[in-house]
Amino acid sequence: MASLWEYANPVKFMKLSGWLLPVSAVLAAVLIVTGLVWGFFLTPDDYRQGSTVKIIFLHVPSALMAINAWVMMLVASLIWLIRRHHVSALAAKAAGPIGATMTLIALITGAIWGQPMWGTWWAWDPRLTSFLILFLFYIGYMALWAAIEDPDTAADLTAVLCLVGSVFAVLSRYAALLWNQGLHQGASLSVAPGTRMDWSYKGPLYLCMTGFGLLFLALVLAGTRTEIRARRAKALISRERAAA
Amino acid sequence: MIALLVRDLRLAVRAGGGFGLGLGFFLILVVLVPLGVGPDPAVLGVIAPGILWVGALLASLLSLDRLFALDHEDGSLDLLATSPIPMEAVVAVKALAHWLTTGVPLVLAAPVLAILLNLPGPAYGTLVLSLGLGTPALSMIGAFGAALVVGLKRGGLLMSLLVLPLYVPTLVFGAQAVARAAQDLAPDTPLLLLAGITAGSVGLLPFAAAFALRINLR
Repeated sequence: MASLWEYANPVKFMKLSGWLLPVSAVLAAVLIVTGLVWGFFLTPDDYRQGSTVKIIFLHVPSALMAINAWVMMLVASLIWLIRRHHVSALAAKAAGPIGATMTLIALITGAIWGQPMWGTWWAWDPRLTSFLILFLFYIGYMALWAAIEDPDTAADLTAVLCLVGSVFAVLSRYAALLWNQGLHQGASLSVAPGTRMDWSYKGPLYLCMTGFGLLFLALVLAGTRTEIRARRAKALISRERAAA
Repeated sequence: MIALLVRDLRLAVRAGGGFGLGLGFFLILVVLVPLGVGPDPAVLGVIAPGILWVGALLASLLSLDRLFALDHEDGSLDLLATSPIPMEAVVAVKALAHWLTTGVPLVLAAPVLAILLNLPGPAYGTLVLSLGLGTPALSMIGAFGAALVVGLKRGGLLMSLLVLPLYVPTLVFGAQAVARAAQDLAPDTPLLLLAGITAGSVGLLPFAAAFALRINLR
């Protein structure tokens, strides 16, 4: 029985991700396109919000992945700190910009929806504010990666930042609740019985959420593969220099 | 450890140490805000808690990049690392020295500057209390940020980018406590949460900061 830790070996990881990347990328494309076509063209408009509600098919999945990307970074950072697997550190590095982009997509789609619905592009609502702060955390994380030259030092320090940042990000989330009343609605989806959403909305939404998850997987795999190759190239160059 | 504390305090107080710079920055900020938003006492009274807390936060950030950087440059940080004192204690002592030279003067100056901003009467006690409870957290979180960037040539700007998001909960709870007191509401909840953040930061962050320092000294 192959253990998960075998994929900490870059060669095995490259082999696995070599076929997993195209599969997840194609699946993500199919799911997102199906979900968006279903949601945008086949689902009836909301009786009060009209067609603006359909931005939910982009907003909710990107917001979901914005948070999950951070969680993935946190897990990958922990694995790096505890077991020193380089692939894990590189995966965390690759997840940073993707998570930041997802956060930005969630913020922008939210603003586009909020303008006609709430009458404002931006409100200092706890959820919106927490997302903006999450975005700042992503920027700081990426800036620290970019600033340090030695890859192992950078991996260590960003991992610590990610751990401490996670605690403070959660604290900020609850601090924001104390600080202002919300304009953002509560969760529209729930596993509890009696959810309020019709299948004509839930169907495409689930498709898009799964699609965004796979898209995230594909992007992280692509980013990690690039990082591994870049590091291998660097090692080869220095070996050549040492030989010459 | 006490010798280290005394050394850091001396370095801060004597010429070139930057003692009082934070305080001066705080004063200038508080003077600039009314010049920017206009002298209406009602408006100033409403925004005073936020201004004072943001000012305290920026003023304590100002002197942080020197916390470990100077010692790192002249090699005394390596000596401290090889000394019998654990690195965690070094971090805690340095954060304490930073708090004594930056945080405490801010706490003492804040009520005076609050008069300039027309802070409502009942909030003065809460202002001093909240700053007194919150500034140790600012110093400790800042020490963690400074430890992360200690090896970098131009760490100052990057450090603000890393540290300011970490300051968010402290700022929210601190400013909320003062704002509630200014409206004659009970400030207990934010004050307790603020104390919790300080206790958590002081208790846990020395370990994270010491870990980061050890990596940087590797």
